[in-house]
Amino acid sequence: MEEQEFRDEVRRFLEDSLTPELKRAGQLMTSVFADFDATMEWHRILYEKGWVAPDWPKEYGGPGWNITQRYVFQEECKLANAPALLPMGLQMLGPMLIGYGTEEQKNYYLPRILSGEDVWCQGYSEPGAGSDLASLSTSAVRDGDDYLVNGSKIWTSYAQHSNRIFCLVRTSKEGPPQAGISFLLIDMDSPGIRVDPIVGLDGSVEQCQVFFDNVRVPVANLVGEENQGWSVAKYLLEFERGGQNFTVDHKKQTAKLHRQARAELNPDGIPWIDDPVFRNKMASVEVDALALEYTELRIKGALEAGANPGALSSLTKVMGTEISQRFNELSVEVMGTFITPFQHEALQPDFEGEIVGPKHGLTVMAEYINNRASTIYGGTAEIQRDIIAKRVLEL
Amino acid sequence: MHIEYTDEQNMLRDSVDKYLRDNYSFESRQAVAKSGEGFSEQQWRTFAELGWLAMTLPEEHGGFEGGALETMILCEAFGKHLVLEPYMETVVLTAGLLQEAGPDIHEKYLAGVAEGRVQGALAALEAGRQSSLRHVETRAESCAEGFKLSGSKCTVFNGPAADVFLVTARTSGDAYSAEGISLFAVDAGLPGLSRRDYPTYDGRHASELWLDGVTVPEGALVGEPGRGYPVLEKIIDRALLALSAEAVGAMDSLLAATVEYTKQRKQFGKPISRFQVLRHRMADMFMEIELTRSLMLATAYKLDQNADDASALVSALKAKVGKSGPFVGQNAIQLHGGIGMTEELSVGHYFKRIAVIENLFNSRDFHLQRYMRLTCE
Ligand SMILES: Cc1cc2nc3c(=O)[nH]c(=O)nc-3n(C[C@H](O)[C@H](O)[C@H](O)COP(=O)(O)OP(=O)(O)OC[C@H]3O[C@@H](n4cnc5c(N)ncnc54)[C@H](O)[C@@H]3O)c2cc1C
Repeated sequence: MEEQEFRDEVRRFLEDSLTPELKRAGQLMTSVFADFDATMEWHRILYEKGWVAPDWPKEYGGPGWNITQRYVFQEECKLANAPALLPMGLQMLGPMLIGYGTEEQKNYYLPRILSGEDVWCQGYSEPGAGSDLASLSTSAVRDGDDYLVNGSKIWTSYAQHSNRIFCLVRTSKEGPPQAGISFLLIDMDSPGIRVDPIVGLDGSVEQCQVFFDNVRVPVANLVGEENQGWSVAKYLLEFERGGQNFTVDHKKQTAKLHRQARAELNPDGIPWIDDPVFRNKMASVEVDALALEYTELRIKGALEAGANPGALSSLTKVMGTEISQRFNELSVEVMGTFITPFQHEALQPDFEGEIVGPKHGLTVMAEYINNRASTIYGGTAEIQRDIIAKRVLEL
Repeated sequence: MHIEYTDEQNMLRDSVDKYLRDNYSFESRQAVAKSGEGFSEQQWRTFAELGWLAMTLPEEHGGFEGGALETMILCEAFGKHLVLEPYMETVVLTAGLLQEAGPDIHEKYLAGVAEGRVQGALAALEAGRQSSLRHVETRAESCAEGFKLSGSKCTVFNGPAADVFLVTARTSGDAYSAEGISLFAVDAGLPGLSRRDYPTYDGRHASELWLDGVTVPEGALVGEPGRGYPVLEKIIDRALLALSAEAVGAMDSLLAATVEYTKQRKQFGKPISRFQVLRHRMADMFMEIELTRSLMLATAYKLDQNADDASALVSALKAKVGKSGPFVGQNAIQLHGGIGMTEELSVGHYFKRIAVIENLFNSRDFHLQRYMRLTCE
């Protein structure tokens, strides 16, 4: 199908199925996550349409789109303010099971990810193992047909909403640390699991600490071989880093910033967008975003040609997140003292009261705060630069 | 330039820091921030008893006649300990502006401020054009009783607690003119005054304010009619010093916390403070802070000397804070990793306060331009 035709079809579908409430939830996003209920409602709508997992092969329930179509779909969804779907099942675990899972695992878990029946969270990081993930210590010890899992995971996004968690656990202390790690699927309702919410700087709970106290997990829940979890995880991390399309986010941020800069006036009473100094700063970020857009197109070209973009995906993560943070800063500057009202309730999609300050400023401070995390999660900016130095420059 | 603190100033520095260290833990600060009060009445009374609120007030109203240096010393310590209490709003802005008024107003409020009985707030910004203090559409009409004020104000920090609002209103001139702005001391609770209060991201409280034909007596006028703006500018300069000093104190705490954390946090088998990129980052944070501190000291000194270039220095300082503040705040979080994003740790709360300070009374570009205007023309 021609690209434009496909785009039109997507647009028509979005117009028909994105309710005002769902759009509202999308507009009010201040992190990578939208309101949970709205997210799952949208998930089910896409599932029924057969579009919930654009990146999955057709045989597993994907729509069979090419790379351009997937790109167009993602772009249109974001521009239409659809709430973002949870990536843990669809983007992370799904592709990984398709690559490494047994037939039983695929048959059991994949349909449940598609339907939204299962909500997954990612249990990698631990209090003592962040950037140095391989030093993780949550242990899984064989006990008959089960593992007994003990330890704790931290920063687990949306654990409070999840019924399952995929974990990296230590199954051996022999050899280098990477060699004793296994990949385990765990039911969150297993006895011995406790979930403590972590309140973020914006006052909301998106992350949790998950504790495991002698949790029984069937050996059949192992993905890949015992002690081979590291290679499974590395495959996934690459997905997490390179699988993102920052250009669409930047386009949205640009549009938002322009809207704000047209509405708000500088100290001389001129719209910020006509302030020469501010224009320059906007242009400076936008040009960097444009350069990244063409880099992403290069990556897409490589993928289409069947090549591995490799370390270019580290570049997009660092640059994509840092550019995005600069957009946040410019929005903060335009909104001035209107960044100050803390209006937590007004960020919920069902809020009906009156807000303080202009509508286009409502999310600005929360976005500025929350987006600081983007250079921390999924491999910090420092670690990503290390990867570029090591893998690309071979330093 | 060599700034020699007097014995009194040294004592003030040590005692403020000591008191806050012993009595203003982050945990108690958080409890107050979450209580919905915005600040602790009890702390405020203690600040009064310790003489901090009277520090810069005139002697005849129980004050100690301190100047910019005293303001700086206090606010730097407030920033370091993330103090919520509205010192800047009540003492620097409100009492500062009231001192420009006639003796009746002094009598009415200043002793109260010194004793911690009177709270104040500046109501100067207006929605839609909140980036300029000159943009005033609120009107003051002469009437038999004095003046009748009508209009609305936004971002009135400390609005919920204020006993008196310092309101800018236009007695003549068009919406952007610096001429024709008058300042009024408006008692809270006057008929026609209404508020909507809200919490702010930095744990405080502010209000939107509506004046619907609020009648004030002639004596509520601060300074001369139509000549309020220069008065305001003068006091805002003090407030900018206060805010910048607060930012310097906050940055000090952020760097100290980051140095401490990176020494103790181990990844890849060693303290992360061993990684060169983090060492350089912290060295950069240190340099930014010290450069800002130098400007802060110079600004306080110049303000106390009434030097010709004092206002230029104020803008230089605020512009510098607009760069060093976010740099230090953002990197303090970055170097803490995930834990830096939690509300449990103080780091993020310093970061949020700095973000607010950056945007109060204009951000970096405005002050860079003001600096050039004041130094080139
Ligand atoms: C919002 C958010 C959501 C998250 N969601 C999840 C999730 O769902 N599941 C999950 O498993 N994890 C999640 N994480 C955790 C995330 O992956 C970790 O925070 C990240 O890996 C960094 O680890 P850390 O927080 O322990 O920081 P640390 O590793 O302790 O890093 C602290 C600082 O040291 C620097 N540093 C560390 N090592 C080096 C080095 N070798 N060279 C130079 N600098 C170095 C880092 O760059 C950072 O600046 C999330 C985190 C956040 C903030």
